[in-house]
Amino acid sequence: MRKQRLKLNLCVAAALVIFYFAVDFGIKQGMITPFQQINLVLIGVNIILAVSLNLITGFTGQLALGHAGFMAIGAYVAGVMTVKLGQPFLLALLAGACAAGFMGILLGAPTLRLKGDYLAIATLGFAEIVRGVLINIDYVGGAAGLIGIPQLCTWFWLFVWTVLTVVLIKNFINSTHGRACIAVRENEIAAEAMGVNTTLYKVMAFAIGAFFAGVAGAIYAHYFYVIQPNTFGLMKSFDVLVIAVFGGLGSITGSIIAAIFVTVATAALQDLSVLRMVIYASLLIIVMILRPQGLMGTKEATFDLFFRKRGESHGSAQSKQSV
Amino acid sequence: MTEFIQQILNGISLGSIYALIALGYTMVYGIVQLINFAHGEILMVGTFAAFFAITAYNANFVLAILIAMAASVILGVLIERIAYKPLRKSSRLAVLITAIGASLLLQNGGLLVFGADFQAFPRIIQNHQFKFFGGEVSVTSYQLLIFSVTLVMAIFLQYVVMKTKAGKAMRAVSWDKDAASLMGINVDTTISITFAIGSAFAAVAGVLLGLYYNTLYPLMGFMPGLKAFIAAVLGGIGLIPGAFAGGFLLGIVEALVSGYWSSAWRDPFVFAILILILIVKPSGLLGKDEREKV
Repeated sequence: MRKQRLKLNLCVAAALVIFYFAVDFGIKQGMITPFQQINLVLIGVNIILAVSLNLITGFTGQLALGHAGFMAIGAYVAGVMTVKLGQPFLLALLAGACAAGFMGILLGAPTLRLKGDYLAIATLGFAEIVRGVLINIDYVGGAAGLIGIPQLCTWFWLFVWTVLTVVLIKNFINSTHGRACIAVRENEIAAEAMGVNTTLYKVMAFAIGAFFAGVAGAIYAHYFYVIQPNTFGLMKSFDVLVIAVFGGLGSITGSIIAAIFVTVATAALQDLSVLRMVIYASLLIIVMILRPQGLMGTKEATFDLFFRKRGESHGSAQSKQSV
Repeated sequence: MTEFIQQILNGISLGSIYALIALGYTMVYGIVQLINFAHGEILMVGTFAAFFAITAYNANFVLAILIAMAASVILGVLIERIAYKPLRKSSRLAVLITAIGASLLLQNGGLLVFGADFQAFPRIIQNHQFKFFGGEVSVTSYQLLIFSVTLVMAIFLQYVVMKTKAGKAMRAVSWDKDAASLMGINVDTTISITFAIGSAFAAVAGVLLGLYYNTLYPLMGFMPGLKAFIAAVLGGIGLIPGAFAGGFLLGIVEALVSGYWSSAWRDPFVFAILILILIVKPSGLLGKDEREKV
């Protein structure tokens, strides 16, 4: 069994490396147009955002509507680091991510004892505070935004951080701590009775999610030159939530598939701007009514799912938890 | 001192509108435990209905408000029947996401149908200015209108909820749906009535908002809706006096922050108060703490 897992992991790693070099070659040869490159970046950013939100909302069951706030903190801290302080990209990215993670702890520790709707509204309020404060700080450009950020995020960094996010969060979920988080989602009181420190795990999930939202923000800032407070408004938080919900709350592969699908669809329907949002919103309602668990539910798209009959040698941990 | 009084007066009139929206919000929340994000959009549609009634059919003020109420009630009940009712048994997360979806749908539908431009809301009734303290403090007749309408409607609502049979049914359903239906209460109808009343209040608030700011646009409902929800949480969600008091409090705080500090800091300040209240006393200023039951 373990040998099989190792083999599978090696196969995935090899496929990823091949994919990386293929795209790298494509960019260098000019086969991938700048428009497609932008969408590659957006896909990466959306995957990071959706997977990290999924850790909070999907796996730990805490509805957070403030993901854009953490993204904004990551983007602005990283942007200030490179533009104003002249630091290298990696350091700036880590600083942004840590700042976002720290804010996650700061916000999460007092608010995570709130239930469902109240937490949603508190996190939504937090994101609005971040946006409002950024508008009022002239040092970072106020409402006009921070401009002149160098485009330091290459395909290499994008790829590395996207893969790193997915792998780290997946491993976290499959660890003892991840199990505890899932227990909190399934039944908080029962989890507490079994000795799970629910507050600790909720804050932990929140901090990790915020950290990676910060990573996404830093990548976004260092690809698009400009960041504005209004980019990180409520709409952005909703966007991420839509992706996570479409993919299935509690499914990492679902989030990845949905992030790719939604980003590509957004690019394809760009000319429809408002109509596109109408379609999204209707889809959101229809999905919630007809398939509230989203595309994948809490299952993962594993190789077993496609090539073997389900249920016999399911290596994935997620399939067992959805009883 | 006169400036302070002026700010308080401005706060009260803005707060009246928040209170009116918050009353509808809090009723809906009280009965189905759902943050109806689409509430602000119901308000927007009502305002547009009044706008078209006035501009296209020369309706007078009272008729315009009635038309706005009718449009909002139909929309509110439709949303409840189509989007929320099928989800009554599913998780609260699913319903909340549906509410966000309904809000986005109406916002963007509004942008699609009405266009993104700001439109001038017709000044259908005369606006007089009353001056006090040698002209340093002024109150407009719009402000008086807004305040008195809110007061009358809040008292009316309190009467409906506390003294009528429908109100009794609402309170029963909000307490325990299953037990209520065992007692012969039609839960679906009661929930629809609640949505209808809440939407009608939103429509009135929308028309007053359009009149007060002399403008309307498809995204006009979202922020006031959100603020009204904050007001409802502030006062204690599910409580009519709470929503009323919370609305006024929020309006006054906003007016004071914009008047003495900066209007750019108004929204962050309000949201900070929200988070503070949620942390310190999640049941709101007038709410009672409830023990968690297993």
